[in-house]
Amino acid sequence: MKRNKLIWQPDRSKYPEHDSNGKPIVDLKSQKFTKLWQGPNHPGVTGNMSLELTLSGDEVVEAKTHVGYLHRGFEKLMERRTYMQCFPTSIRMCVAEPDSNEYVLSAAVEELSGIEVPETAQWLRMLALEMARLQVLLRVVPGIASTLSLGLGSQWGMYMREHILDRFEELTGGRIYHMYILPGGVRGQLPDGFKKRMLENLDMIDGFIKRIEDLIFSNNVFKKRTVGVGILKPEWVDQFGVVGPPARGAGFKRDVRKDYPYLKYNEIDFDPFMATDSDIYTRAIVRKQDLIMTVDIIRQILDKIPNDKEIRAKTPNVLHLEIPKGEVYARSESSRGEYGMYIVSDGSKYPRRVNLRGPSYTHAVALLEKMLINANISDVHAIMVSLQTCPPEIER
Amino acid sequence: MDKIIKDLTSRFKVTDYIQQRPNMAYVTVQKELAISLITHMRDIEGFTHFVLLTAVDWIEDNLFQLTYILNSPDKKVDLGIRVMIDRENPTMDSAHHLWQQVATYQRELKEMFGIDFPGSPRVDESFILEGWDDIPPYRRDFDTLKYAEETYFPRDGRGSNDPAEYMKKKLYPDEEK
Repeated sequence: MKRNKLIWQPDRSKYPEHDSNGKPIVDLKSQKFTKLWQGPNHPGVTGNMSLELTLSGDEVVEAKTHVGYLHRGFEKLMERRTYMQCFPTSIRMCVAEPDSNEYVLSAAVEELSGIEVPETAQWLRMLALEMARLQVLLRVVPGIASTLSLGLGSQWGMYMREHILDRFEELTGGRIYHMYILPGGVRGQLPDGFKKRMLENLDMIDGFIKRIEDLIFSNNVFKKRTVGVGILKPEWVDQFGVVGPPARGAGFKRDVRKDYPYLKYNEIDFDPFMATDSDIYTRAIVRKQDLIMTVDIIRQILDKIPNDKEIRAKTPNVLHLEIPKGEVYARSESSRGEYGMYIVSDGSKYPRRVNLRGPSYTHAVALLEKMLINANISDVHAIMVSLQTCPPEIER
Repeated sequence: MDKIIKDLTSRFKVTDYIQQRPNMAYVTVQKELAISLITHMRDIEGFTHFVLLTAVDWIEDNLFQLTYILNSPDKKVDLGIRVMIDRENPTMDSAHHLWQQVATYQRELKEMFGIDFPGSPRVDESFILEGWDDIPPYRRDFDTLKYAEETYFPRDGRGSNDPAEYMKKKLYPDEEK
């Protein structure tokens, strides 16, 4: 689809002046600049982080991301906990999509200790991960429009998300934090009638997607505010470690599920959507296509999931799990992109070091600071939400 | 992967090679050769995606281990590069000129482990902790429990109960003990 881009290209040769390193010379006493803090509590900011913006008129000249409002030292706390005690801590590193944490921690522990996960458990894990992605996308896809005051889609999305949380409650007992994926397998089988209810929910979501296409993606105001705005240049993708939907929107077809297939993703038929315009609108489209793809993947999983009773491998007592000495990096594809965990074991009951690699670590700090330069103040929150930043994974 | 490792062994004297899985390996390199090796991997071998940089505190050996994980999106392989540095004088050459995002990792390591990366942008600015005056908190000799007990205190009127006893008392107040 060819679109006319609305790129604002003012003459930057005279003002503001730059020093020899290319940095703008900002003299606040000259009264030509304004310092504005956006956050840590602000409706346009995702989570608790803040942006220190230096403005010239209504244009951002310099941006700095400040984090630390949520820091609880999870990685340090996990060094004092047994591997099983690490699970409740790890899931809090990303509230919106905790299942990715459970999976990468389990996968890392299993890889180091050589545990083989039964086939049914692998399918159930995939189901939990895709349901988590679905509930996030139901919130995020219309969420981009709600940062531009088009809030109705978000309300519909939240309603749809509640149905998926109902299914999570049925499957795992919890709505937000699930603790379903454990070393060696999963905690429970599919409940009776789950498939039928899930398929009914997916049919409802199909209708929701059609409605948001009309409400948001065909909306002239939304297009005018997002097409050609918040451009992520393709050469920035490797420079800033961009992954997931922002990378796919910039012409890089990167998806951990395809590139490094884990669980049973190589038995599922899917093709991640890629686009090249790399503006806010494109990233919203990529996420909408991801939503459509996720619904399709869940249908395929429900169709192919074996009806086997074995969902946990035989492991030693997990409460006293001792992992052989070594190090491992396990990754998965979260709704925001590559999500990985690096674990170093010294052979004791406790991990020597746990390090989480979340997409927001680079998206919300180095990349966002770069993308906001020359942006209009009214576009800041839309650019930020289009990168789907999640502060807890920056300050684990 | 074997071909790459053979090449690295002859050029950069890498040691402690571990093949974790067919598409992921770890090697150890000397501190002085680390940035050259990383530059070689990025520019010659196509490891253009920088996955992470983190540190591990081996306090018993008086060493910090820095781990750089690089990924080649074309070859679909990962390489973990370990660099052991002295714990008493923890300094490492900066890699921010190779990937702009690396400056953030180095800033965090300076704050959390006290490892310095001279020349890295904003490396001395606080990242997560503000006004921290204790030893870097992610070092093994920093005791979180002791810090919490010394810094925080129970508020007035706040107590702790045994859950079973508390619920019994609340639900069945008339029942005798």
